[in-house]
Amino acid sequence: MSKIDPEVVADELVEHGQVTTPDASRQVGASRLRKEDARLVTGQAAWTDNLVFPGMLHMAVLRSPMAHARIASIDVSQALRVSGVMAAFSGADLAADLGSLPCAWPVTEDMVSPEHPPLATEEVRYVGDGVAVVVARDRYSAADALEAIAVEYEPLPAVVDMEAALTDSDLVHADKGTNTCFVWPLSNGDVDAAFSSAEVVVERRFIQQRLLPTAIEPRAVVVAPIAAADEYTVYSSTQIPHILKLMLALTTGLPEHKLRVVAPDVGGGFGSKLNVYAEEVIALIVAKRLGRPIKWTESRSEGYQATIHGRDQIQDIALAADRNGRLRGLKVDLKADMGAYLQLVTPGIPLLGAFMYPGIYKMDAYDFRCTGVFTTKTPTDAYRGAGRPEATFAIERIMDELAVELGMEPLELRRRNWIRHEEFPYDTIAGLTYDSGNYEAATDKALELFGYDELRAEQVRRRESGDCMQLGIGISTFTEMCGLAPSRVLGSLSYAAGGWEAATVRVLPTGKIEVVTGTSPHGQGHVTAWSQIAADALSVAFEDVEVLHGDTHVAPMGMDTYGSRSLVVGGVAVQMAAGKVIDKAKRVAAHLLEAAEGDIEFRDGAFSVRGSPEASKTLGEVALAVFAAHDMPDDMEPELTGSTVFDPENFSFPHGTHLCAVEVDTETGMVDIRSYVCVDDVGKVVNPMIVEGQVHGGLAQGIAQALYEEAIYDSEGNLVTGTLVDYLVPGAPDVPTFVTDRTETPATSNALGVKGVGEAGTIASTPAVVNAVVDALRHLGVNDIRMPCSPERVWRAIHCGDDQTSAAAVPAADHETLRQTDSAGGAQ
Amino acid sequence: MIPADFEYLRVDSPEAAVEALVEHGDEAKILAGGHSLLPLMRLRLAYPEVLIDVTRVDSMRGVTDEGDTLLIGACTTHHDVAHDRLIQAHCGILSEATATVGDPQVRHRGTIGGALAHADAAGDLPTVVLALDGQLVAQGPNGSRGIAAADFFVDYLQTVLEPDEVLTGVRVPKLATGGPQGSGWGYHYEKFNRVAQAWAIVASCALVRRDNGTIREARVALTNMGPTPVRATATESALAGAALDAVADAAARAADGTDPPTDLNAKPDYRRHLAQVLTRRALERALGA
Repeated sequence: MSKIDPEVVADELVEHGQVTTPDASRQVGASRLRKEDARLVTGQAAWTDNLVFPGMLHMAVLRSPMAHARIASIDVSQALRVSGVMAAFSGADLAADLGSLPCAWPVTEDMVSPEHPPLATEEVRYVGDGVAVVVARDRYSAADALEAIAVEYEPLPAVVDMEAALTDSDLVHADKGTNTCFVWPLSNGDVDAAFSSAEVVVERRFIQQRLLPTAIEPRAVVVAPIAAADEYTVYSSTQIPHILKLMLALTTGLPEHKLRVVAPDVGGGFGSKLNVYAEEVIALIVAKRLGRPIKWTESRSEGYQATIHGRDQIQDIALAADRNGRLRGLKVDLKADMGAYLQLVTPGIPLLGAFMYPGIYKMDAYDFRCTGVFTTKTPTDAYRGAGRPEATFAIERIMDELAVELGMEPLELRRRNWIRHEEFPYDTIAGLTYDSGNYEAATDKALELFGYDELRAEQVRRRESGDCMQLGIGISTFTEMCGLAPSRVLGSLSYAAGGWEAATVRVLPTGKIEVVTGTSPHGQGHVTAWSQIAADALSVAFEDVEVLHGDTHVAPMGMDTYGSRSLVVGGVAVQMAAGKVIDKAKRVAAHLLEAAEGDIEFRDGAFSVRGSPEASKTLGEVALAVFAAHDMPDDMEPELTGSTVFDPENFSFPHGTHLCAVEVDTETGMVDIRSYVCVDDVGKVVNPMIVEGQVHGGLAQGIAQALYEEAIYDSEGNLVTGTLVDYLVPGAPDVPTFVTDRTETPATSNALGVKGVGEAGTIASTPAVVNAVVDALRHLGVNDIRMPCSPERVWRAIHCGDDQTSAAAVPAADHETLRQTDSAGGAQ
Repeated sequence: MIPADFEYLRVDSPEAAVEALVEHGDEAKILAGGHSLLPLMRLRLAYPEVLIDVTRVDSMRGVTDEGDTLLIGACTTHHDVAHDRLIQAHCGILSEATATVGDPQVRHRGTIGGALAHADAAGDLPTVVLALDGQLVAQGPNGSRGIAAADFFVDYLQTVLEPDEVLTGVRVPKLATGGPQGSGWGYHYEKFNRVAQAWAIVASCALVRRDNGTIREARVALTNMGPTPVRATATESALAGAALDAVADAAARAADGTDPPTDLNAKPDYRRHLAQVLTRRALERALGA
């Protein structure tokens, strides 16, 4: 395999205008090629499944094929007779040591919080619920041995439909007496007055379909014990090594100081690896019992049952306004599907959205109410956007509906109500303070890039001629709440952890830099971006910075990576820590140069006395002097390290304007995205190329929700879309070319002026696409299409005025046929 | 997931393949590209105890010019079928449709014989071979036989191949293509799928022979409109000797007599509608519109 020379690649990219040449003195703002990539694209990454330890055994999990059943009996003895099998355990065999999987967000005091055994002992509550494990010398024997385990199930009623679940006629957790997990309200202003005095009210129901996160790397865990010392290293494909370490200790009772958690290279998470999973706990306990390293890796179809799902909400929205378009009030009644159990932050996800339903708009009153519901399905939890895509979808869709009701241009309706640039910082009706933004500038730029007026004219022409291909334009003007989070705010919401982030920067005796970060990157490029930040702060070369992360022995303090928080909290912490290093270095330099500290300047990588630049010390010279400690200031310890734990004062509020043009084939219902333009404002940009990548990925996932992806359960609780044959993740040919641009309105809540970007594309794009599809067909009497806007749904909406299709809960009898259909298996 | 245990045999001739099938009976399956069989095995929906790999049987690969027909070896990959000069020149509908199968990686492994023997009604190759009135060549313990495509596909994933027979090739007619205005065949495969690599929700394969302003003959076959590929016989009859403007009405009858399946992508009424629209579009393209 030929060696990729990053310098050669960099030269070529610069030549083709794709990468800005870094100015020698400034790294932040430059599209530095990522340090991470050479290993990743040449097959040299170390994924969890690549890890091999002497004596390592493979674990496989037997999972329930039924959505709801009592375990009448379970016998693992025959599994032990399969060649290569070392052990087999039922849920009961391990129950005493396994504990209960944690939920770190009791959203209300009376929230129903069921016990969550990592392996079911008495009752299974979703297809995929684990009931036993086998441990074998190789993964093949382990897979074969699963078939030798005999389980007798006594079926119980499946609970699949949320509204049926709320009647409590069939219970998921009989001992809890209800399927209602919690009811959580948020209210501000007199919403009754706003609605009764408003001139126009539009009401809509939107369905946020369930999604299956599909990180390219499936989950895996390897536990390597040092049996004699009762110490354990847990290697896991996780986004949260720090939180996982704490949770494993709390769940299993194993001493926290004997646990080390390492996130090796992790191939994407998108929230699905922000969790404490049964397999991690089981592998740890089995490793302890057997004194051998234990590995578990999921298959894709297994992961679709066993890894958390995203979204799944019923949204009843009402928007009240005056005839001139001024918004008066918003009511949101949300039903959120928890699934069968509460995973780490399951109940909190819809609440993250609670603050964002008002979007970028001003209004007099807001009332939100969310009911969490148990069903016999895989638990839901965080998935790219986590509550905010749902909220943005609802407000951006209903704004279009209101615009139609008022006979107003949808863009004009938004302009009349959004927060104006000069009004920032702005206290929203949901209780947040948006620090900064410029919706006018982003929108104007987007309109120009999009060719808005020309497209509207074309739309009119096609309508008049009755063209088979109709054109639709969708708008999404959004902001989002990320950069989780001020710890005191999390506390007020009853979330169990904090939102700070830690960084340590140290200068080695040769002048090289080590940055230790508490973030846990899994594709985001933190090593590159933190190198850029540290390089600027310390005036060193980008290449002279090493970033260490993802190992609780190496980076002991951290709150990990999710919620578009890492740059806003972690990157800022790096800069602050670097600042502390410069402060210390200045003191030492002053001492060495026999000058007053106030007379020392730090410029172009050197400390010198103001007015006498010839006498100077580089950072490296200072570091070596500190290491030797021959001549230190009296009251200073011989170290050149800066540590910061930064707790942000506010969330971060990136925003943007997304415009989507679709062509709808009215004969077949096929939707084609003709153009997609977005102008996003993520504050100050550290690495434009990384931002671009994040936006692209977010757009692909948001478009996927609008047009392709849906996790479907039949009426018996079987996951019918169990593989990538039926769960349609779009490929490269299906995703359009994007036109992306930026405005830069710095954040005022951190010194770097940065805002988060990781989830923005996903949050904005789904409503842009759906608004476009509906806009294309409005004149044919269509005013909503349920996601995903499949060709059949679109066709039915046009021709039958009804978009209910086979994708609604499929009866079990059809399921057998469907099973056969998808068992036609791979391509020809 | 991981398949159940199996034995692997590699054979170097059709006779050896037949021998192995006779010896192992129901426990054996032929393995060519594996792109239909292996996923079934991985999901443990199929448990053959013996796999007989025929991909090294040279006589089952390649295209032979037989004068009026082409004989295509069963182990010819989709990639090779799509790029073969003889097929492009004389049976272009087959190369056009084969180029839509899956994606490049699938096309470099999957074979025409595997696709036909697997007989998925949602697959593209059974439909095209049916439209061409092709012939499937099978070899068993008693020698070789030719089976008309119309007789070959009997039900969902089921053909008339005996358990001790291996498909060795498929024979297709050469279609003379004149210019669009002259006499000769025009053709088009109109495939409708949601994402690029997916199976067709419905597809229509149209072959039309023109004589200036008249349609001499039309053959239309449909993908995923029943448990087997089907010919749209009502449409074909309506087009025999018809004027060019008869296409729309004839296409409206494409779903006559069909019993389309229900799945996650479509219910029967939508499938019937698609069959009509796609047939009209396929015919228009085939006629050079």
